Amino acid sequence: MEEKGKQTKGKVRSIIANLVLVDVDGPISQNEICYIKLGNTPLMAEVIKVAEPTAYVQVFESTRGLSVGAEVEFSGHMLEVTLAPGILSRNFDGLQNDLDKMEGVFLKRGEYTIPLDEEKKWDFKPLAKEGDNVAAGSWLGEVTENYQPHKIMVPFKLLGNYTLKSLANEGSYTIKDKIAVITDKEGNDIEVTMMQKWPVKVPIKVFESKPRPFRLLETGVRTIDTLNPITEGGTGFIPGPFGSGKTVLQHALSKQAEADIVIVAACGERANEVVEIFTEFPELDDPRTGRKLMERTTIIANTSNMPVAAREASVYTAMTLAEYYRQMGLKILMLADSTSRWAQALREMSNRMEELPGPDAYPMDLTAIISNFYARAGYTYLNNGETGSITFIGTVSPAGGNLKEPVTEATKKVGRCFYALSQDRADSKRYPAVDPIDSYSKYLEYDEVKEYLNKNIHENWMDNIELVKDILIRGRESSEQIDILGDDGVPIDYHISFWKSEVIDFVILQQDAFDEIDASTPIERQRYMLDKVLEIYRTRFEFDSFEDVAQYFKRLINELKQMNYSKYDSDKFKEHEKQLEQIMEERKVA
Amino acid sequence: METQAFQKIYTRITNITKATCSLKAAGVGYEELAIVHGKLAQVVKVIGDDITLQVFGGTEGIPTNAEVVFYGKPPSLKVSESLSGRFFNSFGNPIDGGPDVEGEEREIGGPTVNPVRRKQPSELIATGIAGIDLNNTLVSGQKIPFFADPDQPYNQVMAMVALRAKADKIILGGMGLTNDDYLFFKNVFDNAGALDRIVSFVNSTEDPPVERLLVPDMALTAAEYYAVDKNQSVLVLLTDMTLYADALAIVSNRMDQIPSKDSMPGSLYSDLAKIYEKAVQFPEGGSITIVAVTTLSGGDITHAIPDNTGYITEGQLFLRKDTDVGKVIVDPFRSLSRLKQLVIGEKTREDHPKVMNAAVRLFADASNAKTKMENGFDLTDYDERTLDFAKEYSEKLLAIDVNIDIDEMLDTGWYLFNKYFTKAEVGLKEELVQKYWPEEEGLEEKRQKEKTGSEA
Ligand SMILES: Nc1ncnc2c1ncn2[C@@H]1O[C@H](COP(=O)(O)OP(=O)(O)O)[C@@H](O)[C@H]1O
Ligand SMILES: [Mg+2]
Repeated sequence: MEEKGKQTKGKVRSIIANLVLVDVDGPISQNEICYIKLGNTPLMAEVIKVAEPTAYVQVFESTRGLSVGAEVEFSGHMLEVTLAPGILSRNFDGLQNDLDKMEGVFLKRGEYTIPLDEEKKWDFKPLAKEGDNVAAGSWLGEVTENYQPHKIMVPFKLLGNYTLKSLANEGSYTIKDKIAVITDKEGNDIEVTMMQKWPVKVPIKVFESKPRPFRLLETGVRTIDTLNPITEGGTGFIPGPFGSGKTVLQHALSKQAEADIVIVAACGERANEVVEIFTEFPELDDPRTGRKLMERTTIIANTSNMPVAAREASVYTAMTLAEYYRQMGLKILMLADSTSRWAQALREMSNRMEELPGPDAYPMDLTAIISNFYARAGYTYLNNGETGSITFIGTVSPAGGNLKEPVTEATKKVGRCFYALSQDRADSKRYPAVDPIDSYSKYLEYDEVKEYLNKNIHENWMDNIELVKDILIRGRESSEQIDILGDDGVPIDYHISFWKSEVIDFVILQQDAFDEIDASTPIERQRYMLDKVLEIYRTRFEFDSFEDVAQYFKRLINELKQMNYSKYDSDKFKEHEKQLEQIMEERKVA
Repeated sequence: METQAFQKIYTRITNITKATCSLKAAGVGYEELAIVHGKLAQVVKVIGDDITLQVFGGTEGIPTNAEVVFYGKPPSLKVSESLSGRFFNSFGNPIDGGPDVEGEEREIGGPTVNPVRRKQPSELIATGIAGIDLNNTLVSGQKIPFFADPDQPYNQVMAMVALRAKADKIILGGMGLTNDDYLFFKNVFDNAGALDRIVSFVNSTEDPPVERLLVPDMALTAAEYYAVDKNQSVLVLLTDMTLYADALAIVSNRMDQIPSKDSMPGSLYSDLAKIYEKAVQFPEGGSITIVAVTTLSGGDITHAIPDNTGYITEGQLFLRKDTDVGKVIVDPFRSLSRLKQLVIGEKTREDHPKVMNAAVRLFADASNAKTKMENGFDLTDYDERTLDFAKEYSEKLLAIDVNIDIDEMLDTGWYLFNKYFTKAEVGLKEELVQKYWPEEEGLEEKRQKEKTGSEA
């Protein structure tokens, strides 16, 4: 957005909750930020519609006490975030205010903080050299943030090509210190610091290309990695009724997934769930690096009782931070819980503006908004040949648990992995309640993904996965037949087929997120256990009556579960494995 | 609340609906209070000089030339220690015949606690009811509603929980409370000698429904006073939140908002969240725990009110009658305490999580067996045993008239496992089985005996 000569001002004309109509005296732009003066308190707001001479603005705060005639100042820019070293481990609100810097127990209206530490010195190491041709996103140098390299780049806003005129020497600098001077074609010098700003609603696009993702992103969650894997740079979503385990699953992903950086947008959900992350992550280790989880995590908290308009901003803020780190060649996992709350915020505003409503009173362009957002994820070849990625997984909270509702349907069009949580499974405590038959990963259809999995896990991996899905479907069919015809109304084989699928359910699908060992399973162990249960599947057993079938398989399941609860390859693990083999011998037929 | 001398009086109302009226006025603040024809009202919309007021007492009898006076401030409550033991209406005025409360005036519906100033809840609240303590353990700082059909004794259970919870203060927010229930609460608290630590804000069935909209905020403003200023543990009881939501729908429909599901306003989620999210644990020791009631219609939890509630609260306690044992139970399938994992197995015995899950799983097997039976199929021996187990489990643990401590609940669990099942059927971690599986003769020993007996 270009700078405007004179600052535009306005006066409040109407107030309908957090929608305020402002009569303006000059040019304004869509999505421009303005500040409404409530006495001495500035209330931040965003332009969401213009009908000359009136601006419709959504206020990021409560409008209590505001009256007609209040003065408004327009800022000349859209909602922006500050990008620089020091973002990791912080707790921001949806507008990137640093929650830890705010004083008092309660959030005060109109209190906005500097998001980062402007005093702190960072040890800078140059990566480029004077005379280099550079452009937006070029790596000029790096600092170490927590334990990871943080690249200092040419600001993304600078279009065209430049020459690096001078670059700071190795040394300590603050994010406001001059780090480089670059010269444009006309010979104008531009000073560069370690800090830059970027408008959150505009995707950062300084990269070469976005190929189809092909690499597995290990999450440690068996029902995902084994059955419906997500790829590095992939997208997925988790719809489910309340209490079905969306948040627990997302927290598991944020703890275990094999990412360099995790950005969590707590969007319109419970404050205590954010507190859980604040409290636990600084103590928990990342098993891959041995560092504390908090060191790779940033939280954007806009909980359900925080201003509704900022909910929408929060997911964009989080995505922009993810894009910033992606430009450094890192693997980012971004999570949003729940994208439905963001959609609801859009709905509240659309209703207040008396727009023509779409299905369930959501705005007509909901699908487009959701698609554009998901499109910001991806696997990326950067301009310097390196790769970076954003894997995005959002939860969806369908009204009444009914998946035929606008947010789920819109998300289904873009989310490539669908992890449907089922009420039935949650009710019978079969956690994680991901329905193994309804859920899917489109990535399993990609040749490059198939190839990757067969090469990196096991040459038969894809065949095994298809087999497992088959067994589960046949198990379900058998169980339906048993329900219709009765236990003794079907051949014993039906019971065996059902129980063989139960083995997979109890041993592979079900996973206790609160058990220290069971919570996360490395892919190698997943492969091992899958082989075990497939061995059972392939074994022929003999039974005299259907009653024996259930009893017998429960014993097998029990041993396998004990294995899941034991340290991999430990004595205990092996002991239960031996027990298992003995039990198998009892009824094996050659 | 008195009006002040310099306030301007308006006398021309241009529009009147059931819950709102409009007039032209200048210099009015959003959400400020006004008096319309002697009735309290609040600014809900400002379009230029057109002001829309929501009239709490309903608009019956308001003439177009009624007197309208603006207060220049939003609804507030005077807080001090002398709130304790008192009964107020929705506006915070005494209804117990006592004097007005002196104290610091605070706006109700105040700001949000900064999430980083919260502490993770970790104090277990014991109620003696196993359907709660064992399966759906409560933690201070939690927010949780009872989901119950109107014929369930939810107010009684809530009063029982409140008295056993050992809170410093109990704040009752009654919305559409029948006079009988109001007297019930008063009596129960009185008999327990607890009246002096109770504050009540009551909107009864006789009061206009829109007034209810003020009750939760009044109750929570008082709660924040005790929890923040006095570092006390406060338990807030809100009954019935379904009637609160109904009142929201009345107002929003009168304001021509597009209703979303079940005629509820599109902002229902945010409106309810603002209330429930006041539940908090502070590092300094103060806490607000919210136990609410959401009445259902025919057990339907997909209706917009329970549905939005469930998405906000930290679980729900579902009451229903178990016809097999003739008692009201806390349904283990549809109930949930999301904070239980912060305390179970840590503040309680190590076997708590696994015993709880195993018992619920077996109870689920029983319900499958029951379906089989109802469909006319033969039951297996295992099915029969799960049914027997379920009956005893329901009676000894799920029923709301149970009052025992948590160790005893766990022991009862093991006792039932041993009585009805083999170790493999229960499928618990081996270390726990070795430590807790009862010595006394159970199913396995019985079977062993029968076997050796028949061989001999
Ligand atoms: N993988 C799991 N293992 C054990 N318990 C779980 C698991 N997932 C969910 N739960 C249980 O379900 C409850 C609700 O889960 P949560 O993720 O908060 O649901 P949602 O976000 O879908 O409303 C949790 O508090 C926990 O008791
Ligand atoms: Mg959740």
